[in-house]
Amino acid sequence: MKRRSFNKLALAGLLLPASLRSFASSAGAPRVVVVGAGFAGATVAKYLRVWSQGGIEVILIEPGKSFVSCPASNLVLGGSRQMQEISHSYDQLVQRHGVQMRQASVAGIDAHKRSITLDDGSRIAYDKLVLAPGISFDYSHLNALAGTDLQQRFLHAWKAGQQTAALRQQLQAMPDGGVFAITVPALPYRCPPGPYERACQAAYYLQRHKPRSKVLVLDANPAITSKRALFEKAWSELYPGLVEYHASSELKGIDPGKGTLETTFERVKFDVLNLIPPQTAGRLALDNGFGNADGRWCDVDYVTYESPQARHVHILGDALDSGLPKSAHIATSEAKVCASAIIALLAGEEPDPAPVFANTCYSYVSADEAMHVANVYRFDGKSREMKPAPGGGVSQARSASEAREARSWAANIWHDVLG
Amino acid sequence: MRLFLIGLLGMGYLIPGAASADPANSHIRTLAASCAACHGYEGKSRGEIPSLAGMSAEYFLDKMRQYRDMQDDGSVMNQHAKGLEWEEIAGLAGYFACTAPEAAACREYRQQAGTQ
Repeated sequence: MKRRSFNKLALAGLLLPASLRSFASSAGAPRVVVVGAGFAGATVAKYLRVWSQGGIEVILIEPGKSFVSCPASNLVLGGSRQMQEISHSYDQLVQRHGVQMRQASVAGIDAHKRSITLDDGSRIAYDKLVLAPGISFDYSHLNALAGTDLQQRFLHAWKAGQQTAALRQQLQAMPDGGVFAITVPALPYRCPPGPYERACQAAYYLQRHKPRSKVLVLDANPAITSKRALFEKAWSELYPGLVEYHASSELKGIDPGKGTLETTFERVKFDVLNLIPPQTAGRLALDNGFGNADGRWCDVDYVTYESPQARHVHILGDALDSGLPKSAHIATSEAKVCASAIIALLAGEEPDPAPVFANTCYSYVSADEAMHVANVYRFDGKSREMKPAPGGGVSQARSASEAREARSWAANIWHDVLG
Repeated sequence: MRLFLIGLLGMGYLIPGAASADPANSHIRTLAASCAACHGYEGKSRGEIPSLAGMSAEYFLDKMRQYRDMQDDGSVMNQHAKGLEWEEIAGLAGYFACTAPEAAACREYRQQAGTQ
């Protein structure tokens, strides 16, 4: 932000006494309904309550019983962390912050009447609706996987939970000398460095238990999409001969009977296939008409996160086509900007016109070494886009101290979102 | 330093918990919340990454100036500090010094900001 505009804002702030905070609602406290309790949804719910000092009623709708973290879930595959360590309760959101949780799915959204319908038929009216639907998987290019049986057999484990544990079991059941294949979709997808971290974690396990085996990374992208030099170094130094990487190798077909798959260039035999499919915004957003022109992701106004398709409907997190990495920290950062904007809008005030976002993302290359990427991003009012601020970058080298920082990051972000 | 703190006082950065929703304050509050991913909710860390809550504003500004001015060393804070405006860093210094308004860091901050 330019110094002058910043000072102008600061001065404008002096003219607005804090006591003027009031929410113009004739029917008591305004109500915000949040759908989806991942990093983005849980954060916006909590911070709406905290920053409005309880002045906004928040209803959080989530089908899952508990929160399972994607960050650190690859460590479950490698064996150095357990499922219960990455699983967390929503209880504090309810007990400490007064968020009302409904364990349910959304059946329909009526943006005109400002109400949603749940799968049990009940309707909930809202003043503002926040959708944090995460991602959905797009298997449409793979005819062989049309049946859910095969989708269950070739796991994505790209939403942490039951599939995380199941992929670990498949890795454990693989014979020594087997091939653990990971297919990486073209960008954009959730967590750019995630597939390469997963390759490290699979290799970490195999090196100790099945050293004649191989991890085969088949990447639809022309090169490793994040922390490239660091991953290449880790593979060659920590897991020589164990990790094989093929660029520009988009998955084209699977023969489940023979246990082979086809990419752009070759046919490959595998023992376990971890198929990370191409992704879209969560179907909830797309099916209700909030998709952008190509129908895969969602656009919003990055000052308020309101959808251009419907007033009072805000969208957050990995579902957005923001150009920013789809990471947990970005999701929480967006959620806080959105919470702040909604509070301002409900009070009839202007939201911050130039919000700033941060991303810090660690990848573990083993049980005890990690590396990071860090960036600040700014909303640019002229282009209406997010722009990276100067100075961002990656670690110079993987290290044990960064692994300790990564553990601290995880404990802190989990508590920030849920505690 | 002292002049700087006076400027902050004038801008109303001293009371982070206040319910003011004006844009400048919500900008710093949101930015401070973004630090929580690594440094903990309300600046209180649960791991080895340091807490920011109650940190002396002078120490915060010194550290951030070092991070900003040093060559790229590949550290997280070096990379974040270079992406922030100095006014934002100053706002954060006041915010974290006064996460507990009765704490020594906040008293010291108010004293420095309020006297010439």
